[in-house]
Formats: sequence, structure tokens, C-alpha cells
Amino acid sequence: MTEAYIYDAMRTPRGKGKKNGSLHEITALQLATQALQAIRDRNNLDTSHVDDVVLGCVSPVGEQGADIARAAVINAGFAESTAGVQINRFCASGLEATNMAAAKVMSGEADMAIGGGVESMSRVPMGSDGGAMAADPEMAYDHYFVPQGVGADLIATLGGYSRDDVDAYAVESQKRAGKAWEEGRFKKSVVPVKNQLGLVQLDHDELMRPQTDMQSLAALNPAFRDLSAFVGFDAVAIQKYPQVEKVNFVHHAGNSSGIVDGAAAILVGSKEMGEKLGLKPRARIVSMASIGSEPTIMLTGPAPSALKALKKAGMSASDIDLYEMNEAFASVVLRFMDDMGIPHDKTNVNGGAIAMGHPLGATGAMILGTLLDELERTGQSTGLATLCVGGGMGTATIIERV
Amino acid sequence: MNHFKFELDGDGIALITFDSPNVSMNVLSAGVMSELGELVEKISTDDAIKGAVITSGKKAFCAGADLSELGSGMMDLSGLSEDEAKQKLFDMAFRLNAQLRQLETCGKPIAAAINGLALGGGFEVTLACHYRVMATDTGAKLGLPEALVGVLPGGGGTQRLPRLMGVMNAAPIMLQGKQLDAEKAKEQGVVHEIAPLAEIVATAKELVKADPMGAKQPWDQDKFKMPGGAVYTPAGMQTFGAANPMLLKETKGNYPAQRYILSCVYEGIQVPIDAGLRIESRYFTKLLMRPESRNMIRSIFLSKQALDKGGARPAGTQREDISKIAVIGAGFMGAGIATVSAQAGLEVILIDVNQEGADKGKQHAIDHFAKGVARGKVTQEKADAMAALITPTTDYSLLKDCELVVEAVFENSELKHKITKMAEEHMAEDAIFGSNTSTIPITSLSEASSRPENFCGIHFFSPVEKMMLVEVIVGDKSGDRSISRAIDFVTRIKKTPIVVSDTRGFYCNRCVMRFGEQGLAMLSEGYAPALIENGTRMAGMPMGAMELMDMTAIDLAWKIQEQTKKDLGAAYVAGKSDPIITKMYELGRYGRKTGKGFYDYAEDKSKSLWPELNQFAVDGLKSVQPDVQEVKDRILYAQAIEAARCMEEGVVKDPREADVGSILAWGFAPYTGGVLSFIDTIGAKAFVETADQMAKDFGEPFKVPDLLRDMAAKGETFYGRFGGKKKAA
Repeated sequence: MTEAYIYDAMRTPRGKGKKNGSLHEITALQLATQALQAIRDRNNLDTSHVDDVVLGCVSPVGEQGADIARAAVINAGFAESTAGVQINRFCASGLEATNMAAAKVMSGEADMAIGGGVESMSRVPMGSDGGAMAADPEMAYDHYFVPQGVGADLIATLGGYSRDDVDAYAVESQKRAGKAWEEGRFKKSVVPVKNQLGLVQLDHDELMRPQTDMQSLAALNPAFRDLSAFVGFDAVAIQKYPQVEKVNFVHHAGNSSGIVDGAAAILVGSKEMGEKLGLKPRARIVSMASIGSEPTIMLTGPAPSALKALKKAGMSASDIDLYEMNEAFASVVLRFMDDMGIPHDKTNVNGGAIAMGHPLGATGAMILGTLLDELERTGQSTGLATLCVGGGMGTATIIERV
Repeated sequence: MNHFKFELDGDGIALITFDSPNVSMNVLSAGVMSELGELVEKISTDDAIKGAVITSGKKAFCAGADLSELGSGMMDLSGLSEDEAKQKLFDMAFRLNAQLRQLETCGKPIAAAINGLALGGGFEVTLACHYRVMATDTGAKLGLPEALVGVLPGGGGTQRLPRLMGVMNAAPIMLQGKQLDAEKAKEQGVVHEIAPLAEIVATAKELVKADPMGAKQPWDQDKFKMPGGAVYTPAGMQTFGAANPMLLKETKGNYPAQRYILSCVYEGIQVPIDAGLRIESRYFTKLLMRPESRNMIRSIFLSKQALDKGGARPAGTQREDISKIAVIGAGFMGAGIATVSAQAGLEVILIDVNQEGADKGKQHAIDHFAKGVARGKVTQEKADAMAALITPTTDYSLLKDCELVVEAVFENSELKHKITKMAEEHMAEDAIFGSNTSTIPITSLSEASSRPENFCGIHFFSPVEKMMLVEVIVGDKSGDRSISRAIDFVTRIKKTPIVVSDTRGFYCNRCVMRFGEQGLAMLSEGYAPALIENGTRMAGMPMGAMELMDMTAIDLAWKIQEQTKKDLGAAYVAGKSDPIITKMYELGRYGRKTGKGFYDYAEDKSKSLWPELNQFAVDGLKSVQPDVQEVKDRILYAQAIEAARCMEEGVVKDPREADVGSILAWGFAPYTGGVLSFIDTIGAKAFVETADQMAKDFGEPFKVPDLLRDMAAKGETFYGRFGGKKKAA
């Protein structure tokens, strides 16, 4: 089997995913286009050698619909021969897209491919694509569907993570992200987004609040409590987890991932094609895994997916120097660290989505890039990136610097 | 035609009057449906007919499908493969849908003049009309109560109602049986006009003549838009995103009718109505093939109706009128009995030891009626008239013309003996004396009576106003007429009587005790308290086992426990719950009334399990908790086995009484159709096998009676073995 290598990784800054966000006036197509162009231009890439572009996107309707990957390939001025495909693994779409690009290389289908993702949450709101999962009684009723926030609160309830525990985690995420930006740790990856005139529209993650402290978080009301009381999501969750008397609602806007706009792209290829194009590989894809997990609690997939990737690689948790685990909700990361038996100082060392936001389709590729940058900065070797996924799944990727 | 009158007026408008012979209520029986088909055909093809108005010749418009037909299995499916049986049932189910669809697409305007109650299929017939006019002065209501007895509206109701008023508005009508009066129906666009009864046919004819819709239903118009939004719109997503968890919270997955209704709507409104109707008939068929609908129709509708008409009356006795009763003891129970009696129009002599106590009892009734006035259920005049029927007094001589006396004094044999003697001094020779005791054997109480053949038990449940079941207890010397008269009384006050023989705890309390006891047994075995409570509720019980203990009070449970110990002496076998009840009693944790029991009760009425319950786990909390199914099985099997034992002992004799009693008295998982239907559905053989395993694992409460073992060996059901005896009801 051919080995797949990462040659480059970039991401856009993350704009607030609201009408007053800096990227709200930039189309999703532009975010994806600029990401592809950045990869091309940073590597002087003859795009006729890029066989395929796989982009994650979680709400692929409206302007994100009709295979936005192919649209972005055309609009970025890539060679006509470069294909494009949009995929959806919910929150892990960006990582899954990269895994698929790598798999294409490994299988020999492609010699060079781009994985990545895009999501303009301000322009195409979450849930715009409907879906049977929450609406069709065959799914929602028969399979005890609850929104992921309720799953996150259920994880906190079962794991005994208190409101203070999750808030403390959030404060630390903000602190770490603030410090990382201050020290320019993201410089290698972040490519500013330009506007219609070609002027810089946004060059930093605009959601961050590094001054966040326990006191400011304490003022926030739990986000899923009132809705649950109204329609009974907690009662549904308890029917699946009847050992729970009451769901402890601890999550709120301040300890959950932020809603943002952004895109990311990762250039993956074989050793031969890299050499042919004069590119220097930065890391090797060691192993990849996706798994299904219990769908009501929904967000416990990261550990089993990480363990599966480790097993495939013949490694154990302690062989990994650094972890990136998407901060969808604070409890999810706490649970992941407990399940894996890994310390917080190896995990999300530069903060995460609680501080910087979670542009659904792109995040997976973003954290893989962040992981690679940090391995290089600290001179370490092996990293694992993973995300929890809607519907009860997990996706993980292990990389090793070369 | 037998069921419909047909008159054509000078304008060519047919007036079709639904008026089945020899019955007080129109129902959609097989016979009616076949005539309906002929009518639809006639309207469609006869050129002299320009339009039609459908009304009813009864007080009500139509009460819906004939549930006795639905409940009896309907058709012979023997010799058919499973697929053939499905197809045959579907064809039958689709017949009404096809007829009504033909009616609404016949090209001629059709209106319904709804004179009175239109429920289920009755309402659905009107929905297939282009116009609806509803009477304002007859208390007419519209509704689809099918789900309450475990079936679904199979005459297009799940398709037309949401298309008419939106899913959000239609949901409580289809899922919870909510009914609409004329004003509400007009407001929500379900009927086009409302008018006094005398004018509804004329108004309907006007609508037919004007025909603003061009004889086409809204959903057959080119520009039809789903009111409130289609499924995959933001509004629709919100509706279904909320409807699923709300329903699941209610049903806990136990009631397939509601679940299928939701699927009929979700799938049906995404396609043209013809496809929607096919989908509805498929789910209707699917539902009929499940035990829940058969069991619920039988117990909640048919058996209850039979018992409400006095179906438990001893053979050879007759219904007699009753107009005046007395209640002795004006405490909480006595006052409640006086209240419901006056509410039903009976004269009530309410006696207590002093006038103040008697007056207080009457005040309870006045307060209860005032609540009805405040809710707009009764007028002030009616409330005053009902209250005036109650005479509070201390004077036993007023018993002289009472036909029945209910004794509801403190649970003390000597006191009850004394009262019996005092009452009989004044009562007429043939008047009946009924004791409302819940713990003392009727036979022993009747020893004080000079006319023990006129003495029986009339056991109400608390709160009397709300609880619909009454156990009529047969003492050793109770005559058949005393039982018949007690049934006259209970049916007269619109409650459901069952006849039970005189054993400790009678029937209902005996079974329900197994429920609470099993909850505490699991607590002592180290099951997580929340698992016990949630599992109990998920099994379909109305509350958690420990919630029940708290509600019925732990000091009472302790007293019963101690009394039983004393009564049985050496024969008493202590259960796993005994030490728990004793300890809770010692701690003063009496339950809800003291704000602490198995739960802690907060001021805002919220409650949480007492965090120290784990102390009752003899070997500590189980490190691996059992599956919730085990909790559900233990709770339901323990009660069912006790009920089977009651059948064996003859405490109850008719499975209908056992089933209806279990649902009405203690809320035994209604989707099962009751305790014995639960066993019949599992099958005696499989039930006994499971119970035997449970007896090995969990002990004595799961030891099955010989009766069940015999039934298992013979492949019998309760309804098969005991069902034929009381057909006369």
C-alpha cells in the first residue's frame, strides 16, 4: 500500500457565525475557493496533478449545496481535470475528508489530493438541511434522539463533571488559545480571508475571549435546560439511561464550541508525487478510523475511534505526544481524557473550539493542521486528532512527523 | 336502505340522514359502511343530485367505528399466509378511506350538518365533506379519541385534519383525544359555519348552493399549501423535532397507536392525499395486528362499558332504581362519597358524630362543585342544586327511607359494629348496608348486623372524586340482592363496579402492594434507586414504586405490616421490604405528607430521591446494574402473579373485572389491557417459564399459582378459560 503524506495544511481565520461576523459578507464558495487557492499558491502547485478535492460540509444546502467542492475547484481556477466531492460526517467532516483524500492516495486512486472543509454557519444556519434523524418518528422516536447538547449534559451527569469542572475547562481553553495567538503559534496555517476587492477581511479568530473567568461564566444559564423541560428531551435521554434520576444541565454558550464561519484545506499525496513536484512532506498519515457509538448520548465516539486508530497502528495511548480532541462541549473532552487516561497538558494545548469556534465542516481539517504545527514547534513526533460526531460516531487520525 | 334516509329537494340537494334503526347511537358498522358505499355511488352518478347534506337523526351525529366489531377480530384470517392476512386486513381497512375519497372527489358539493357529537369515524366522515356546519346549542363536539383505546383514526383523520388545521393544532386532537366544541372548531377553521341546531341543515344547503370551493377540498386545489408548514420547513422541523420527544416522554414507547399516528402524519403529508390515505390504512392494519390495540379495545372500552352497565351483577338479580342514600362518617372518604353521589343526583344523608363534622363534610362537596363552576363545567345553579341534595346531620332517624347506607368511619371494628347496630335500628328492612372498609373482613363486620344478607362491602379508592373503580365485596353472608343493589348504586354514580370476595386486601390493594413491595425488594438487592423508579414508569405504571410508597404514606404501610404480622402470627413471612419500611417509619420519613420519604420534597413541588437510600442495599449497590427490562419484568410480573392467584382463589372471577380493575384502580400499564391480558398476551407457558426463573432469582413473589401452571399445560388463556361464563352482561 502507498503511504500518504501531508505536504501542507492551511485554515482561514474563524469569523463569528452571526450577521455581525466579519465573514458573514463572504460566501461559503469564496471561503472554500480561497482555501484551495492558498494551498495551490503556497506550494506552486501544478493543479493538473491534484486528482481530487474532498471537502466536508455539514449543511450542504443553499449556497453550500450541489457539491460545493466541485464548485470551489472550478472557481479556484484549478485544472479542469481536478474532481471535487463534498462529504458529510457531521462535526468530523473535515477530518473525514482528509482521511478520504489520504485513502485515495493509499489505494492508488489518486497521487495527490486535497482534503478539507468549509462551513459558513452565519449564512447557512445549522439544521438547514433538515434530516430524518430529528423529525421522522422511525428515527427520533424509535431511537431516542436528543440534541447533542443534551447528550453532552448527559455525559457530564454520568461522569460526575460539575458545572465548575466544565467551566474551568472552558476558562483554560480561552487562556491557551489567547496565549497561542499571542505567540503566533497559528501563523504557519492561518491565511487571511480577502473580500470582494481583494483586501483583507479577517486575519484572526474573532470569537475569542481570553479574559473569560469562572465568574463571567457563572452568569450564563444552561443552554439546554428549558428546551428539555418543554419538550422532554431529558426524559427521552433518561429512558435510554434509566440509572439517571435527573440530567445535570451544565453546558452553556461559554463552555460549548462557538458558532463560526471558516474553511480549511490539507494537501495529501504520495511520496513519489511529492518528489516529482519538489514538495517536502511534513508528516505521514499513520492510521485512521471511524466508528459508531451509542447514538442518544451521541458524543462518546472519540475514545473508541482513537483506540481503533491506535490499534491499527500498533500503538498505545501513551505513544502519542499530543492530542487534539474537538471541543464540541467541555464534558466531551473531559470524558475523552478520562476514557484514554491522558493528561490535559497533552491535549488541546493551544485551546480549541470553545475559544475559537467550530465551523462544522472544516474543523476536523483545522485541528489536524493545528496538531501538525504544534508537533513541529515543540519538536515532538506523533499526534492524534479526533472529533465526536452527531448520530453517535467518532473519527480519528494519527500522524507522525517525517 | 336501513341506516340512511334520503330526501331530494327541489334544488337537487339531497338530505341524507344517518339514523340506524333500534339503537340510540349511530356507529360505523360493517352494515353502515356498505350502505355508505351505495350512497356515495348514487351521489356520484345520479345527475338529478346536484349536491348533498349529511346529518344525523340521533342526538349525536356519530360516535365512530363499531369497536365491538374491531375488537372481535373482524374477519377470518385462518388458512392465510402472513402476507395474505396483511393484504386482506389492509383491503378491509382501506374500504372506508376509498369510499370517503370517492365522496370528496365526486365533483358535487357535499356538506355535513353536525347536530351533535361527532367522534372518530363520525368526525372523519364530516372531514371528507367540502363544508361543515356545526350546531352551537347541543353541546356538539368533534374529536378523534381512537388513540385512547389503542387504535388510530383510519378514515382519513390523520391526513385531512393536519391538512386542514396544521400538524401543531391537530396533534392534541389525534394523540391525546382532545375535543373541539363549535366555537373552537370555527376558530381553528375545522368547520365553516356554526349555527343553532334548527338552522344547520338550511345553512349547509346554502353552502352547497354557493359552493365557494368548487366542490374541491383544500388539498385538491392547485394552490394548496400545508398550513403551519410542510415537514421540511423550519416550522415543520420545529413541530416534528418537538412532537417526537414530547410523545415519547408521555408513552415511554409503550403505545403504538400514538407512534403510528405520528408516522401517518409525517409520511402522509409529504405526499398527495391519495398516497397519504394508503399510508394511513397500512399503519391502521399494522396496529390491528398488534396485541396492544386488541387488549386496549377489550378492557378500556368493551369490558369497561359492560361493567358500567352492571355486567358484574349476580345472575338472577335485576337492576333497581336508587334515589336516596346515606353516608355515615363525613371524613375525607365519606365526604367524597357524598360528593359524587349528590353529583349524580342522589339524595344524601351525611351523618357524623357531631354537626360540625357533618357540615365540614358537606362543605367538601360545596368546594368541589365550586371548582367545577370556576372551570365552567357546571353552572352555579346546578352546583347549588347538587349541594342541596346533601343533608348533614347527626340524626340516625333520617336513615329511615334511605335505600343504601355507606359506612365510612375510622378503621376500627368495634366502632363499625356499633354504627351498624345504630343504623339498622332506623333503616328499612330491605335497605343495604355497605362498609367502605379497606382492611377489615366484611364477614367479621357483618357479625354486628341483624340482617347480614343485606350487608356487603363497597370499597372506594382515594380520592373518591377521581378514582373510577369501586370494589363491591361479598361477605360470607352477603345476599345476591345486596351485591346487585351495591352495583345499582355504583353504576348510578357513574363509577365502575367489580365484585370481589372477602379476603385480606380484597383484590386491588392486594395486587398493588406487590408493586410497592417489589420496588423495595430491588432497593434491598442493590438496584440503583433511579433505575427502579424509571424502570417502573417505563413499564407503564403511573408512578415509580417508591413514589407510590410516599404517596400512600409509609406510616400506613408500617401499620398494615404490623397488623398483618399480628393477624398471621407464625404464618407471617417477612418480605425484603419489611426492614426498609420499619426503618423509614422509625426515621419519621412518612412520605409526601411529611415532605420526606423515599424522596425529598422541595417547596416548589419538585422532588429528588433521598440520597441515602443506598443504605438499604443489603450487600451494597450492585457494581453492574441490571438491564432496565429486568426492573420492568419484576414490577409487572409480581402484580400479574398476584392477580392470577386472586383468580385461583376466586377473589375475582371474571377476567374482565380483574383487567378493568387493575387499570382503573391502580393504573396497571394500560397498554397491556390489564393484569390478566398481560399474561394472556405473553402466553401462560412463556409466562410461567419466565416467572419460574424469576422465582429462582428473586424469590417468593414470583411463585406462580397452580392455576397458571395448569393453563400453561393446557395452552389456555384467562379469557378462554373464564371468559364464557358471564356473557349475559
